[in-house]
Amino acid sequence: MKFKLNNRFKSLFGGLLAINLMLAMPALASMQDTVADSTQVEQTAAAPADSAAAAVDSAAAPAADSATVAAASSSSSTASTVAAAPKEEKKIDPQVYKNLLYYILVLLVICTVVAVIGKVHSIYALTKRVSGKYNPLANNTLQAALLFVFLIAFLAFTYYSYAVWGAWSWRPAATEHGKDIDRMFIITTIIITIVLVLVHILLLTFSFIYRMRAKRTAYYYPHNDAIERLWTIVPAVVLTILVLFGFFTWRSITNIPEDLKKSALQIEVLGEQFQWTIRYPGTDGVIGKRNYKLTTPTNSYGIDFNDKSAWDDIKGDEIVIPVNKSVRFHIMSKDIIHSFYIPDFRVQINAVPGMTNYFQFTPTVTTEEMRDRQNDPAYDFYMLCAKICGSSHYNMKKKVIVVTEAEYKEWLSKQAKFFTEDLQKEFAQNADNTVKETRIAASLN
Amino acid sequence: MSTTVISHDAAHHGHDHHHETFLTKYVFSQDHKMIAKQFLITGIVMAVFAMLLSILFRIQLAWPDAEFPILEVFLGKWAEGGRIRPDFFLSLVTIHGTMMVFFVLTAGLSGTFSNLLIPYQLGARDMASPLMNMLSYWFFFTACVIMVASFFVESGPASAGWTIYPPLSAVPTAIPGSGLGMTLWLISMALFIASQVLGGVNYISTVLNMRTKGMELWKMPLTIWAFFLTAIVGLLSFPVLVSAVVLLFFDRSVGTSFYLSDLVVGGTILPNEGGSPILFQHLFWFLGHPEVYIVVMPALGLTSEVISTNSRKPIFGYHAMVYSLVGITVLSFIVWGHHMFVTGMSPFLGGVFMITTLIIAVPSAVKAFNYIATLWRGNIRFTPAMMFAIGMVSFFVSGGLTGLYLGNAALDINLHDTYFVVAHFHLVMGSASIFGMLSGVYHWYPKMFGRMMDERLGYFHFWLTFIGAYLVFFPMHFMGIDGVPRRYYAFTEFPFMEKWVSVNILVTWAAIVSAVGQIAFLWNFFASIWCGKRAPQNPWNSNTLEWTTPVEHIHGNWPGEIPSVYRWPYDYSKPGHDADFIPQTVPHSQTMSSNLIHDWEGNEYGIAAQRVYDKEHNRETEG
Repeated sequence: MKFKLNNRFKSLFGGLLAINLMLAMPALASMQDTVADSTQVEQTAAAPADSAAAAVDSAAAPAADSATVAAASSSSSTASTVAAAPKEEKKIDPQVYKNLLYYILVLLVICTVVAVIGKVHSIYALTKRVSGKYNPLANNTLQAALLFVFLIAFLAFTYYSYAVWGAWSWRPAATEHGKDIDRMFIITTIIITIVLVLVHILLLTFSFIYRMRAKRTAYYYPHNDAIERLWTIVPAVVLTILVLFGFFTWRSITNIPEDLKKSALQIEVLGEQFQWTIRYPGTDGVIGKRNYKLTTPTNSYGIDFNDKSAWDDIKGDEIVIPVNKSVRFHIMSKDIIHSFYIPDFRVQINAVPGMTNYFQFTPTVTTEEMRDRQNDPAYDFYMLCAKICGSSHYNMKKKVIVVTEAEYKEWLSKQAKFFTEDLQKEFAQNADNTVKETRIAASLN
Repeated sequence: MSTTVISHDAAHHGHDHHHETFLTKYVFSQDHKMIAKQFLITGIVMAVFAMLLSILFRIQLAWPDAEFPILEVFLGKWAEGGRIRPDFFLSLVTIHGTMMVFFVLTAGLSGTFSNLLIPYQLGARDMASPLMNMLSYWFFFTACVIMVASFFVESGPASAGWTIYPPLSAVPTAIPGSGLGMTLWLISMALFIASQVLGGVNYISTVLNMRTKGMELWKMPLTIWAFFLTAIVGLLSFPVLVSAVVLLFFDRSVGTSFYLSDLVVGGTILPNEGGSPILFQHLFWFLGHPEVYIVVMPALGLTSEVISTNSRKPIFGYHAMVYSLVGITVLSFIVWGHHMFVTGMSPFLGGVFMITTLIIAVPSAVKAFNYIATLWRGNIRFTPAMMFAIGMVSFFVSGGLTGLYLGNAALDINLHDTYFVVAHFHLVMGSASIFGMLSGVYHWYPKMFGRMMDERLGYFHFWLTFIGAYLVFFPMHFMGIDGVPRRYYAFTEFPFMEKWVSVNILVTWAAIVSAVGQIAFLWNFFASIWCGKRAPQNPWNSNTLEWTTPVEHIHGNWPGEIPSVYRWPYDYSKPGHDADFIPQTVPHSQTMSSNLIHDWEGNEYGIAAQRVYDKEHNRETEG
């Protein structure tokens, strides 16, 4: 019965293949060109501004491989369809459907190949069985061996990723507290790498060594309290050490004495969709009050200018901070939750509407020094939004520049104030109005 | 297994349901086996849907500057000019996460296997309340339909992330997805929670009340322990999510201010005052964290059973396994704050949550070590189910270990909301649970459909998925360490991220290949329903009760009386017995040659008889 079904399936499949071939002829033709030019394709794809290739690319690139038809020398038919289907017409290029069909066809071919290999294998197994050489455990051994091969590949892959991607991702922290975090990060990494490797070696070598054999029975070993106690206590002890270490580091970062809080440079950051506004205190060193209800098109920050300490507040285009000086950031949000995240500084705290969060830290490396270290003259620190906040979440950034104290003062003196002349006039008018109102009220009384 | 002996009970059942129609048998079925199949197939459909969504956003991440006109054919305005729009990208990640976590790994996993195995392995004719069981499925199904329907809403599906933090999810002007799409999300989730509560009550009452004779709690298979504790966790935590969802619904539709305050969105000052967005996060994660254990504990239970059966060896440290599950259950309720270290929650509270979080690693470590000890000196049979179980342990360890970074508040500062988190939870809860689930599907398929799945396709499926999953998720750790936040539409706006685009291409190809590999599973699964090899009654030589039922499903599971249970489920390769397994239904009096003294549990007659037998046969049984 199974055979019959398979035959029916095959004929159906063959029919489908034939129909597909007929429909997909043009796609195949262009496909052949692409195959012929495959080396060239890579080159053109890499070349930055080949306008012809770009035009072809934008209109006809199929679903999975943008470079397939990108060859400048591809068949004239492709080129003409591209020319006939400009994007403005909102019509989908017929080539797109052909390409889809082509990929479906490729998928079907892969499925057929897998099915054929499967059939060949089962016939092979059947002949073995007929000739009496069938080993029922052969496949079991094969899978065990594959698991062992996987182990080696896994270890190599882990090594590769640590060596290559690890090097890409790791930059020492540029802040004081960041050094503690880095130390803990490295210790944790060493511990978990040892455990990861050991556990995988045990898991997969045991799988290989103790694969089923015809004449073996497993060892009936339901429990061993001593060893179970051991592997409860050892992780518990290791974790306790990590917890204590982490707890004190965390406290030292978040629990800052009152006098240090006051002596630090205060900077306020207001997040909104999709930008950050930076407010420096003026000469008085105090950031003025903000009341979201006072937000107007001119005063989009919502600063309360009744508070005179707000009059000299300075608007920073970028976050510029002096090196080796403690900075206390006040993080706020105007609309939804954002996150104030500076990876190089090991700094992150959410910007939550309705409450102010704080993060205090001391940068230890200037941008210039970091550029030297990274050997990249264009390197910059960035503050980026790390909490999903809408369609431009991926591009909500502010450059962070760490400079010397003198450079910082010079930069600050060039920045504009929030309390612009327009705002001053508006404020004066409002004040007049309120004064008049109170006078009228007083006279009425 | 004589079918001629029909108990009064079974005969009675037979009469009741003589006139079974298509509708009562396949659609509004109250039979636990059929409901399990319904849950499984709905779960698979949802998994495929959510997987396709993930492929869409992976394509965007790998080729951020390329255009794929074919996407416009299918997605229309969401992919104008062949490029996925940023807000639709966020919808994709949101619905992918929601569907995978709730519909696939919660309902698809514990819905399927709790329904299938609780009555079967405990020796019950059905669930405590078959009607509630049916309702549980239909609430779930409706939730799925509503969630999928949100793709056909003009403003698009919910797009505030699967954690739907307000105010983003509460203010429609902040993002289009927070319009009608979000309302549908909330309705869908409320129905889903109703489904989970109905199911959970049922599982707990069945486990507590309907065990067969001799099935003490300490003779239950670890699968049942896992489902039982999962149901408790779900029952205690899901209602809290209801409250979070209902309050958010009020904030959105009625104008209350539970979560909203001090908002100026798009230049408009909103009237809401006095609420706190942090309140929502507390409520959400009070469910959200137990939820990951709701997802992973059933997978651990299934894996325990599969590893023990296929190693032909008792699970190592049965009691330790149960206690570690209990430990995880209890601790899972007091760790939710580790999702909120950098939200501005009191830093001291953060320190406390950090301590509880790292404690929960201990029972998890015990489980991993016990699995390895079970393999040690086993006689391992690599069925596809066993391969997936081994893969599950591997993922559970690889993903679990990185929890030591994220649970540590100081390290979390730099890793919070980055790709490191994505890598961590996709390995430890995503891949591990999916592998546990697939392991269960391959293992219990003969019980569900009475036929065998094709083994070779199973191996093919395993290797593609196993290698693919590692290639997809392992590189993400490094992006996170570099400081790439999650849910970024493109890595093109920051100079330091550009190097990762090449890695993204690798990741996307790995994802596409393993997604295509799932065709092997789907073909295998659906084709084998009709043309798989017919299954024998006990294909894996397993000890548990479900394999004593006939292959053809009958109402009430056992044709005669429900068998009694005499021993624990893990008597594999017991020395002295001729076969390498002894089913739970075999009394000790029939296995004198393999009994140990403590097997008699203080039964004096039994011990005396054993002593006599041992003397006659020169056996030593102390130990």
